[in-house]
Amino acid sequence: METLSPADGSRVRRIAAELKDQPGPLLNILHQVQGELGCIPAGAVAILAETLNLSRAEVHGVVTFYHHFRRKPAGRHVVSLCQAEACQAVGAAALTGHAQRDLGVALHQTTADGAVTLEPVYCLGNCAAAPSAMIDGRLHGRLTAQRLGELVRGLRGAPGKGASGS
Amino acid sequence: MSATVYIPGDAGAQSVGADEVAGAVRQEAARLGESLRIVRNGSRGAYWLEPLVEVETDAGRRAYGPVTVADVPGLFSAGFLRGCAHALALGDIARHDWFAGQQRLTFSRVGIIDPASVADYLRHGGYQGLTQSISAGAAATVQAITDSGLRGRGGAAFPTGIKWRTVLEQAAAQKYVTCNADEGDSGTFADRMLLEGDPLSLIEGMTIAALAVGATRGYIYLRVEYPHALRALNTAIAAARQAGYLGPNVAGSGKSFELEVRLGAGAYICGEETSMLESLEGRRGEVRVRPPLPAIKGLFGQPTIVNNVVTLCSVPWIAAHGARAYADFGVGKSRGTLPIQLAGNIRRGGLIERAFGLPLRELLYDYGGGSASGRPIRAVQIGGPLGAYVPASQFDTLVDYEALSSVGALLGHGGIVVFDDSVDMARMARYAMEFCALESCGKCTPCRIGSVRGMEVIDRILQGVDGERNLRLLEDLCDTMVQGSLCGLGGMAPFPVQSALKHFREDFHARR
Repeated sequence: METLSPADGSRVRRIAAELKDQPGPLLNILHQVQGELGCIPAGAVAILAETLNLSRAEVHGVVTFYHHFRRKPAGRHVVSLCQAEACQAVGAAALTGHAQRDLGVALHQTTADGAVTLEPVYCLGNCAAAPSAMIDGRLHGRLTAQRLGELVRGLRGAPGKGASGS
Repeated sequence: MSATVYIPGDAGAQSVGADEVAGAVRQEAARLGESLRIVRNGSRGAYWLEPLVEVETDAGRRAYGPVTVADVPGLFSAGFLRGCAHALALGDIARHDWFAGQQRLTFSRVGIIDPASVADYLRHGGYQGLTQSISAGAAATVQAITDSGLRGRGGAAFPTGIKWRTVLEQAAAQKYVTCNADEGDSGTFADRMLLEGDPLSLIEGMTIAALAVGATRGYIYLRVEYPHALRALNTAIAAARQAGYLGPNVAGSGKSFELEVRLGAGAYICGEETSMLESLEGRRGEVRVRPPLPAIKGLFGQPTIVNNVVTLCSVPWIAAHGARAYADFGVGKSRGTLPIQLAGNIRRGGLIERAFGLPLRELLYDYGGGSASGRPIRAVQIGGPLGAYVPASQFDTLVDYEALSSVGALLGHGGIVVFDDSVDMARMARYAMEFCALESCGKCTPCRIGSVRGMEVIDRILQGVDGERNLRLLEDLCDTMVQGSLCGLGGMAPFPVQSALKHFREDFHARR
């Protein structure tokens, strides 16, 4: 198993120590770890298991159950394209095809320069202004291939703002 | 005099440029030396008019929309701050034909108030329900919710009062109120609009529930895809605590209630109530076998209310206006109002709150204005990814629990996704199985394996391999999943497939 850098290891220990007395703390801890480290590295699992008195399998099982938790860091920007029915009804499949060609990656992949990770998402709650995408935590609606292309091209030169979400 | 301008801070309005419009309005006002106050309200729900800008005038609020950044200088020069005429002027939006027939009870404040302000909430009738229910007492409050006929708006439509009574009757040192804000169904956004546009109504609804059943802790389980709602909720919770509406002595009642938001992590199954409880406890969101019911053994093994956002946000209105007033809306066993969400390929999509019993056709054509593409509407999917597809021949069906069920459909959380005649229903059926495979928690075999086999069988049909035999096999598989799955995911994922087979069988043919 890959080991964490000493600095990251102590961050994980600090987060776990701070939150472990909450009722049912594991999801909160994982959100915090991913917020600070950009993902849940394999080395963090052992530390969390030990701190929470769980087996590694239990912690690993939780990390892998939820789509949101990453085991490898994302690119500097995350583009999540909605694939659910309301967006499909107004051309989400074609839009996704455009984005994949523009970026030269498939869904779940990151561009070679590490700038953009392209991901599917299943509903962003913007179904009356579809098709939609979340880009670095910002919602975009009524997207066209042209508008999405502009937004994505704008990201490639821009500095990173971290993972999607809050 | 300083003008007040309302520009929605709702994520959906932001998604089509509301922040940029707010920036342009601020900049233009500064350039002209106009003093104004911008309120970032929720969305009124007419997403086809967003960004919808409103101005407070002597004659009331005047609306303009949809506004782009390029429109802003022209709006100022036309005198929009005084409600003057402009090509985008809509007048009093409440009188607009899209709103005039609506019956907004649960959404009465959404899009109108400043969601972060307790004072604004109080000015618009907020906390009247809590005050009434504190003086009425626990048993009377539970009785009122029962008498109102309110049923769970998350999709299961279970009578809310019965759930509350069960929790009330349990003797336990710790009880919980939990809110299911894991709104994952495509085509739905009613929860999100409430969470962002009137979060205090959810806090009030949960507080009424807590005091009525003797719970002292509450959790809102919010999906991680809603970061804007997380910010709105945390702001509102802090404001409510500051004002004495949360904490050790709620509104002077001598009772304690603490509330916390917990984030999900991208798992559709966590909208199922027992899976949500597992997730709140920090585990994999695998469904629990029932019984015991969550009302008896729920969160951390204690008696727990699990209600959806819309359900809980309907509670303050019922507590303030009485069970009878609420039950006077609706038909048969579908009492009260329903926030319907019109989405997908529709010209005028958004949120329509009306009493139960409106014909589907009226929603699609009078409110919706037909498809956005201008092509004929071929099908609608009601109730999210597990809901049936309804063909145009059934558009005279009324939108209520019983009428939809009589045509083999279900209402779910009230989302309606519209498809025009370019839709390939065999592909949509395959997507239903694909989604189920992706989101299955894995606990039971019919769901975990059945959904994968479902995809494979549909693929073979589309490849022209043994078409008739595989169609029969698909029907048999759907039946197995419906009968044999542990929860609604595997048990209902076949509904869109079965309805597509029934109404659109011509689409299940070999492709080149």
